[in-house]
Amino acid sequence: MRFDAQPAVLYVFGGLLVLLAIASLITSLKRRSHPERDYTELTQRVNSWWIMIGIFALALVLSVNVAIGFFAVLSFLALKEYFSLIPTRRADRRVLFWCYLAIPVQFWWVHERWYHMFIIWIPVWMFLLSSIRMVMIGETKDFLRAVGTLQWGMLTMVFSVSHLAYLIVLPESKGSIGAGPGLVLFIVMLTQLNDVAQYVWGKSFGKHKVAPTVSPKKTAEGLAGGILTTTALSLVAAPWLTPLTHWDAVAVGLITGLGGFLGDITISAVKRDLGVKDTGALIPGHGGILDRIDSLTFTAPLFFHFMKYYYY
Amino acid sequence: MGKVIRFIFFGVIARFVALIVLGLNVRHRERLPKGGPCIIVANHNSHLDTITLMTLLPLKLLPRVHPVAAADYFLRNRLLAWFALTVIGIVPIKRQRTRPDEDLLAPVREAIAGGDILIFFPEGSRGEPEKLTEFKSGIARLAAEFSQVPVVPIFMHGLGKALPKGEAILVPFFIDVFVGEPLTGSRDREAFMTILRARMDALAAEGHFPAWQ
Repeated sequence: MRFDAQPAVLYVFGGLLVLLAIASLITSLKRRSHPERDYTELTQRVNSWWIMIGIFALALVLSVNVAIGFFAVLSFLALKEYFSLIPTRRADRRVLFWCYLAIPVQFWWVHERWYHMFIIWIPVWMFLLSSIRMVMIGETKDFLRAVGTLQWGMLTMVFSVSHLAYLIVLPESKGSIGAGPGLVLFIVMLTQLNDVAQYVWGKSFGKHKVAPTVSPKKTAEGLAGGILTTTALSLVAAPWLTPLTHWDAVAVGLITGLGGFLGDITISAVKRDLGVKDTGALIPGHGGILDRIDSLTFTAPLFFHFMKYYYY
Repeated sequence: MGKVIRFIFFGVIARFVALIVLGLNVRHRERLPKGGPCIIVANHNSHLDTITLMTLLPLKLLPRVHPVAAADYFLRNRLLAWFALTVIGIVPIKRQRTRPDEDLLAPVREAIAGGDILIFFPEGSRGEPEKLTEFKSGIARLAAEFSQVPVVPIFMHGLGKALPKGEAILVPFFIDVFVGEPLTGSRDREAFMTILRARMDALAAEGHFPAWQ
C-alpha cells in the first residue's frame, strides 16, 4: 500500500538536506583554507550523512512496506556486526542461524500489525527457542556466556530496532497529524541530533566526567547541554511531525536526551569490554552500523512506549 | 554460453553473497592488481574464499582471473568439474605425481605466461577453520621463475566461521579482507617463503578477531 508522505515529513527532510549542504560547504571551505590539515575523516563523515539521510528518506517516503523492509535490513546489518564482534562458539553456528531467521519473522508481525506477536516474539519465543536449540547441541562450556550474549544481541539489534518499524504502522489516533513516518523521522532525527549536541556541548564546555570508566570523553556538561538542546528541538519539531502536546514534547525531549546518552555508553561499554574502538567499518568516517544506531536502540523503544501509552 | 554463466555467477550471485549476505571490510584495496599477470596468495578456510577474492576485482578482469585448485577434488565428478572449470574457472593441478618427472605446475606456468591473474591457496587445503597452516613451497618456485610477476598476499578472516569445511549452512558474518604489499620472487626460495609468511602474519595482526572455539 502507498501512503502520501505528509508535507511536514518532506519539509523536515528538505531542512536536513539544507543543513547537510551547509556542513559540506563548511568542510570544503576548511579544506581550502587549511590545505595542510587532514580533513579526510570530517569529509567522509559528512559524505556518509548524505548517503544515510538519502536512503532513510527514500525508505520513509516510498511506501510503508519499503520502510519496514529497510528497518529489517538495518536489524540484519546490526546483528551481523554484533555477531562478528563478539566471541562465539563454533558449536553455536546453527543457533546464530536461528537468530538471523528471527528477523524476517519479527518484521512480518509488524507488517501484519500483529502487536501481540511483535511484542513477545523475541523476548518470549526467541528467548525460549534459542535456549532450547543451544541446549540441544549440548556444548556446556561457556553456555551461559553464549546464550546471554546471543539473547542480548537479539533484544538490542532486532527487538529494539523493530520498534521504529512498528511506529510506522501505528494507526491514526485522535488529533494525530503525524502517524507513521512523521513519528519515525521525529525520533530518529532527535536521537541523532542529540548525539551531535552532546558531542558539541561536551567539546566546548566539558569539564566533569560523567562515566569515566566507560566513556572518558563524556562529560556532565555535554550531557546536560545535549538534553536541553534536544528538549528544545523536540518542542520545535513535535507540532510538525507528532500529535505530542507541548508538555509531552518536553518529556519526550528529556527522555530522548537521557536515553540516547545511556544507549551510547552501553555500546561503549560493550566495545571497551571487547577491546575495539569501532564496531565495524561499514560507514566511512563513522565506524560501524552499531556506532551510528547505539543511541537509537534505547530511544526507539522508550519513545514507542511513550506514544503507545499516551496516544495510541 | 559458459562465459555468460560465469559472468552472471560472479556479477550477480557471488557479489550478492559476498557483499550483502556477508559484507566485506577491505583494507588497502589500492594494493589489488589492476591487471595481469599477477599471483594472489591467500589463506584458505572455506569454499567461499575463492568467490570472495574474485569479487574484489572488477568484472572486466574476470576473464583473466583463475583460482588454482586441486584436480583430484574438483574434477571428481562431471557436474562438479563443469562447475569448477566453466563457472569458477579453475586451473586444475594434480597434487600427487603419477610419474617421477611429471611437472605438476605446468598448467599454472602457461596461465601466468598468458597474462592471467591466478589465485593461490598455499596452505593446500581448507584445514581447520580460521587457523593458518604451513605454506607449501610450490608458490616460491613459481615466483622465482616469474620474478617480474607481483605476488599479492591477502589475509581473510571470517569465512571459516561463515561456512567452514564440512558444514552446509551459511551463517552470515562480516569478513575482514586485508591486502598486503606486493612482493616478487627470488632465487632464494626459503627467504621468499619467510617474507611471504611474515607479510601474512603482519596482515593477520592488523585485525581484531574475537575468539571462536
